[in-house]
Amino acid sequence: MGSRASTLLRDEEIEEIKKETGFSHSQITRLYSRFTSLDKGENGTLSREDFQRIPELAINPLGDRIINAFFPEGEDQVNFRGFMRTLAHFRPIEDNEKSKDQNGPEPLNSRSNKLHFAFRLYDLDKDDKISRDELLQVLRMMVGVNISDEQLGSIADRTIQEADQDGDSAISFAEFVKAFQYL
Amino acid sequence: MFLLLPFDSLVANLLGISLTVLFTLLLVFIIVPAIFGVSFGIRRLYMKTLLKIFQWATLRIERGAKEKNHPVYKPYANGIIAKEPMSLEEEIKEIRRSGSSKTLDAPEFELSDIFYFCRKGIETIMDDEVTKRFSAEELESWNLLSRTNYNFQYISLRLTVLWGLGVLIRYCFLLPLRIALAFTGVSLLVIGTSVVGLLPNGWCKEFLSKHVHLMCYRICVRALTAIITYHDQENRPRNGGICVANHTSPIDVIILASDGYYAMVGQIHGGLMGVIQRAVVKACPHVWFERSEVKDRHLVAKRLTEHVQDKSKLPILIFPEGTCINNTSVMMFKKGSFEIGATVYPVAIKYDPQFGDAFWNSSKYGMVTYLLRMMTSWAIVCSVWYLPPMTRQPDEDAVQFANRVKSAIARQGGLVDLLWDGGLKREKVKDAFKEEQQKLYSKMIAGSHEDRSRS
Repeated sequence: MGSRASTLLRDEEIEEIKKETGFSHSQITRLYSRFTSLDKGENGTLSREDFQRIPELAINPLGDRIINAFFPEGEDQVNFRGFMRTLAHFRPIEDNEKSKDQNGPEPLNSRSNKLHFAFRLYDLDKDDKISRDELLQVLRMMVGVNISDEQLGSIADRTIQEADQDGDSAISFAEFVKAFQYL
Repeated sequence: MFLLLPFDSLVANLLGISLTVLFTLLLVFIIVPAIFGVSFGIRRLYMKTLLKIFQWATLRIERGAKEKNHPVYKPYANGIIAKEPMSLEEEIKEIRRSGSSKTLDAPEFELSDIFYFCRKGIETIMDDEVTKRFSAEELESWNLLSRTNYNFQYISLRLTVLWGLGVLIRYCFLLPLRIALAFTGVSLLVIGTSVVGLLPNGWCKEFLSKHVHLMCYRICVRALTAIITYHDQENRPRNGGICVANHTSPIDVIILASDGYYAMVGQIHGGLMGVIQRAVVKACPHVWFERSEVKDRHLVAKRLTEHVQDKSKLPILIFPEGTCINNTSVMMFKKGSFEIGATVYPVAIKYDPQFGDAFWNSSKYGMVTYLLRMMTSWAIVCSVWYLPPMTRQPDEDAVQFANRVKSAIARQGGLVDLLWDGGLKREKVKDAFKEEQQKLYSKMIAGSHEDRSRS
């Protein structure tokens, strides 16, 4: 009369994930059953196809980039720990966390880590700068065929102009953070 | 060894007698009522007994779990994210408002816009509306079937004994009984309709055909121990109309056809299904298509139109979703049957998953495995609502009409009304939807007077 999904996730693992990501026990079990339902191959890992099977994600213009963010460098499979680590960036900050000690490691869903996640969506070649081309690429993904090249180019130029402070025609992470000052 | 020992002959005698008794009981209590459409109420009594047992079992599980401090129920059974739906423009404006100190009269691109798509994407990864419709619904409490056991660990000896007893009853008593009934029902259908088919067309043939069909479907209903409650039977479909219903499993056909006389539509299969199909069409004009004809939409529409225009012909039974959905939602209705212009009689079917999940996950189980699972569940309990007839209004097209019918069915059955296509079970979503999202966003940042979008 054993159960299926829950026994595969041991209590020690749940504790570890709780410490690392900050999700509650029930949230972790819920997300684990979501993970297993997406895992059609039943081998404990998700591939890109497993994500693309979600229709609402497939129609998201930035869907492919978001899916990529789950997979570590050069790998095609993500396990449950990696899945939770990426999702943790978007866990809302609770009030009892705001006054935690400053000496501990920064929680995954801190403002800075969230911004780093977004920065990495823009910065494809991982050179810590968003160049005009990279910005254009993301813009093109978001608007499709509905805006001309020139207009898109001028939007990109204006955005870089506003955010760029050291004059290198690219947006570094510090400049990126500055642009979100009040977010 | 051609002399049986006295002991062996005694055993043989006993076996013979018990089989005869069983058969007589079967005939009297199940088959004869099926022929006449009456019911002794045995199945409802069975259902009430089961409910009491489930309630007791649930209490035991809750008590046991509290002692051991285990979580019993799956949290957030309906979704992990609580949000009100906002349009793309509203959400992006909110992100920008909380981010920048500038006033927003020129809605052009901001770096923070990416967060909207990011957040939407992550939310759908955590929980989406579509993929969970293609697998069986998870129950809140356990119904003593190991196949629905997700979260319930060993609690007590009594519960395990009860479960074991359940297995014994289901597999050793109910299953052979049900198989025998199913066999009787199907063979009577094939033989009966073939015999009726030999008669000349006329009042007599129709009368006999109707009753043979009804009788055999009723026997099949008892073979599955299906306990059906019909509501609003005055709205039952009439000749010249089309009956549409939400689709959960092939059993839907048996459930509807045991209460009404319909013309079926479908593709000719091989094997046993094909034999049944070829037999029933002799007695009454069902609409069967060859495999090659199914792809030709115009041919299908033409044959259906011909059928409904002949007022003497029976109402057609169609499942416009095109595939089996897990009975928690209704997905997009294909517009073909709504273009024909006949009166549509919507029917909502809702199964109670506590006694046995009727959903056919065709990617996981074949037909035979599925039927065996059905026959080893406790029972199939469902409610059927006949909704008042609907016709297409002059100012709506087929798609809008289909959506209107779908909403009515969803509302009556307590199901979620989705616009997504049931075909997403196997296929990828069309690119047109992504293009729609992109169009919405570009309208927002380009401004309407500068809109250079290609239509």
